[in-house]
Amino acid sequence: MVVSWRSIIWVLLEVLSSMNLAIILLVIIAIASVIGTVLQQNQPYPNYVRKLGPFWFEVFRCLGLYDVYSSIWFICILAFLVISISVCLYRQVPVLLLDMVKFHTKIQIESLLNLQQSTEWLSIDRNTKQILAKVTGTLISHNYSWRSQDYGTHQVVAAVKGRYNRLGYLLTHIAVVLIIIGGLLDSDFWLKLKEWQGQIAVERRYLPFLSPIPQISKLQPGAIPTFRGNVMLPEGNTTNFVFLSLHNGFLVQELPFSIELKDFKVEYYETGQPKAFISQIRILDQEHLGIQPLDAIIQVNRPLVYRGYSIYQSNFGDGGSKLKLRAWPFYSDRNKWLHPLDLQGSVGNEIKLSGESGDLTIELEDLRLFNLLPELDSERKFHNFGPSLSFKLRNEVGKAWEYLNYMVPVQLEGRSFYVSGVRTSMEEPFRYIYIPSANNSPERFLKFNACLHNLDWVRTVLKQNKTAIENSSGLQRDFEFIRLNLIKLFMEGGFPAVSARAKAVVPADQLYKVTSLYFNLLEDTLAKIFIEILREEGMKVDEGVGENEEVFLKDAIFALTTVPNYGAPFYLQLQSFQQIESSGLQVTYSTGTSFIHIGFFLLVTGIFIMFYTSYRRIWIWLAVENFAVRLVLAGRTGDRCQSDFINEFLLFREILNDLLGTVPKKES
Amino acid sequence: MMSISNSMPIKQWEKRSFWQKLTVFDAIWGLIVTVGSGYIYMSYRIYMDSYEVAIQILATLTLIIWGFYWKSVRPFILAVATLAMVALWRYGIDSELHKGDLLLRYFLESQAAFMWMSIFYIGATFFYLCDFLRKSEIFWRTATSLLWIATVSGLTGLLVRWRESYLLGDDIGHIPVSNLYEVFILFILITGLLYLFYENRYRARAVGVFVTLVISGFVVFLMWYTFHRQAYHIQPLMPALQSYWMKVHVPANFIGYGAFTLASMFGIAFLIRSGAEIHFPNGFIERVLPPLELLDNIMYRAIVLGFSAFTVATILGALWAAEAWGGYWSWDPKETWALIVWLNYAAWLHLRLTKGWNGAPMAWWAVISIFITMFAFLGVNIFLSGLHSYGSL
Repeated sequence: MVVSWRSIIWVLLEVLSSMNLAIILLVIIAIASVIGTVLQQNQPYPNYVRKLGPFWFEVFRCLGLYDVYSSIWFICILAFLVISISVCLYRQVPVLLLDMVKFHTKIQIESLLNLQQSTEWLSIDRNTKQILAKVTGTLISHNYSWRSQDYGTHQVVAAVKGRYNRLGYLLTHIAVVLIIIGGLLDSDFWLKLKEWQGQIAVERRYLPFLSPIPQISKLQPGAIPTFRGNVMLPEGNTTNFVFLSLHNGFLVQELPFSIELKDFKVEYYETGQPKAFISQIRILDQEHLGIQPLDAIIQVNRPLVYRGYSIYQSNFGDGGSKLKLRAWPFYSDRNKWLHPLDLQGSVGNEIKLSGESGDLTIELEDLRLFNLLPELDSERKFHNFGPSLSFKLRNEVGKAWEYLNYMVPVQLEGRSFYVSGVRTSMEEPFRYIYIPSANNSPERFLKFNACLHNLDWVRTVLKQNKTAIENSSGLQRDFEFIRLNLIKLFMEGGFPAVSARAKAVVPADQLYKVTSLYFNLLEDTLAKIFIEILREEGMKVDEGVGENEEVFLKDAIFALTTVPNYGAPFYLQLQSFQQIESSGLQVTYSTGTSFIHIGFFLLVTGIFIMFYTSYRRIWIWLAVENFAVRLVLAGRTGDRCQSDFINEFLLFREILNDLLGTVPKKES
Repeated sequence: MMSISNSMPIKQWEKRSFWQKLTVFDAIWGLIVTVGSGYIYMSYRIYMDSYEVAIQILATLTLIIWGFYWKSVRPFILAVATLAMVALWRYGIDSELHKGDLLLRYFLESQAAFMWMSIFYIGATFFYLCDFLRKSEIFWRTATSLLWIATVSGLTGLLVRWRESYLLGDDIGHIPVSNLYEVFILFILITGLLYLFYENRYRARAVGVFVTLVISGFVVFLMWYTFHRQAYHIQPLMPALQSYWMKVHVPANFIGYGAFTLASMFGIAFLIRSGAEIHFPNGFIERVLPPLELLDNIMYRAIVLGFSAFTVATILGALWAAEAWGGYWSWDPKETWALIVWLNYAAWLHLRLTKGWNGAPMAWWAVISIFITMFAFLGVNIFLSGLHSYGSL
């Protein structure tokens, strides 16, 4: 069997330009797009491993599902759609253009009679010229343009309206091709191409700011025609590059100029929500600006365009604020009650501590000036809880606890508390500890806590404050022993530890009685210690304590129960700070923009031409046969909805009825 | 079908162009809108940048031509404008002064207006149902009037809310299309208005019951969102939304959503009637519902309108994204779902226009498409996160 190349190509073109293929492609693109919205895109790989497990992680990775929209297969489908539409256009354009300019006066009477709208008259001889003049006049008043042709035996008037309607079809499809091409030009195709050619390599290590980056991961200005990069720039710093992210790693794109961040600020509404993110930047460009720098202010929705590069305000964060901290230990050594440690650090850096229980690292992560949170009593009202510090505490083996400490005491039911949240993984919510504040300091509570750990001291205090019953009998030693044990248990595991112990040692029938005795005794002991602390503060406590102190004790006891689960051996108080902000800038360079703009314009124009103009043709065929006039009126429309055209056609028929003074011979 | 008697002079058959058809009333309409728009410009020009002035001019022209093309919209616009002006007058310039003003409190305050809107929509639904079950001119007239009044209340409420947002503070003021609560009202209004247009033009009144039932469903959701979630509070705009693009992108999108919703309702009517024609010929349904051809035609027109508006809206969104997020297209879930909706209706139109598909399969498709559209509108906000997370549920 001989198959010619010509026929293969023909068949291929036929398939490519078929409507079925185009529609199948539309549906495939739609379905593929759904995947990318269901599975969060471009997350760090560990997140996917955790969510999917190692097996499915690998399967999904091979399918490119973490970045569907720039995966090879997705790009191929888009390219396929472009080819399909282009082939279709290539085949249709000549036909349509020809149809647009032609009037089709050469039409045969048989074809006219076969049209959906067609009527034929036979009438005694009349002035054909007058008839034609009348008909063409009516055509013009209905916005038709017409041509007439005299063939000797007969005359044809061919009229057309809205012939540019078909242009709509062309424009929309050209537009779609242009938009997809523009989009592909602006995709990370170029990066992937360079990577595939081995000219660049993605850097996957985490490198600190300003550390040297291997040449293979760097791109010179103009190395790729389009990019979208980001950089976090602390106030006062200058950059001449941005980071491009690719495959869970990054590349460095150098810029032909430098950007200096003079100042970054966040403006707030009265309610506390952010109102504006404003970066004051300075462009330094010896080559184009000389020594005169260009100052500009950029905001969200107000980028700066400089030499074709667009600079956007896209993010913000801490640029290394300087912090003064105080670590209040929860567990004191034997000699001293409380020995707070003053520390200094800056956000983004670490503080190393060594202690009895091994080395600890404080990773200072973020300082937030405002914390707008819903008030406890209503979902709607927001309250600013002031500055907060988030940090991680990492032990020798690498286990980390994450903390969120508010600087200013938080008001709750008229009392104030130092609030600190803790969690061991990002997925958990924070568990909070509420340290009651006295005289705007957490000191009293922390001292109380430290003292309770010092059992020797507790014993001395108990000896000084014996109650009558304890004095009078031999129970003294037993009571003291029980009290000390209860304190020890309580400090190790809170109330649950106490009741667990009771359960372990007391028979079931007496459990309730003994447990409540234990609790009473414990609370009494705690109160005694607390009064001693107050006495040491210089407060007069012999005639009892005030209501405030009673409430404080209650809050303190509650806070004590949460200390054992707090993780950290100290409470880190943020004393003061000097904020240094950094602004996240996005810099883009695009080549596809003009394609996309033209595409948008053509698409809108095309759609409105296509849907809101109508394409209609009308023919009048006229001949004098056997001393009679034979006249055929026929027409067709490209509209999907025929009814408007039918009405117009009927109108024309009425006019001709009138002119010819007769009724139609034949109706279709 | 049109019939013309032979005695009619030929002169009259000559079709007058659009401009020739305009009367002195149209001129007055144009004048009123221009003067009104000029007054608005003079009063609020300090709040507008040049783009917003351009948008205002465009909106004015649209309103004038809309009034030329669809006469019934003129009293509607005038009623809304009058009520909004009364509200502005009662509000004055200080938000403290109006406290205790009964007219505002019970009628014109945006919350009150939205309540009235809800009541009238439910009322309209009831009378459309009555008219559907027992054809009567009075039921139908009441239903249509209620639908108009509801739409007047709702649009007035939105305009008043616009003013109320400025009363909270000059920097807080913004057009009320910025969160799910506000666009939900916009969506209800546009759907109602589009239905009124098609009813007016094609006399397809029995479909009103389907449309208003859906609108009532949305109204119930709105009530839940208002009372249970307290979503009615006016919130200041986050920086990403502070742009003139919002004024054009969002309304264009909701013309699309509204038209698609309407198309699916006509699709349902089509399916009910075509089912009834087979199983119960000459039955109740056939007497009540418009002929299949008309339903099919309106469904097609609604999809064409929706598709055109949606295309424009998506393009406006892309242009905005280029300015705000640094790229035309970020494959954010909302964008992606907008594309899916667009592709879906593009496929529908292709099969319709080139393959000539029609009838029940296309009606089914139009009906099912509403779920895709609603997912893009609401589902994305509920289930997915992304850049467009302005109206979370």
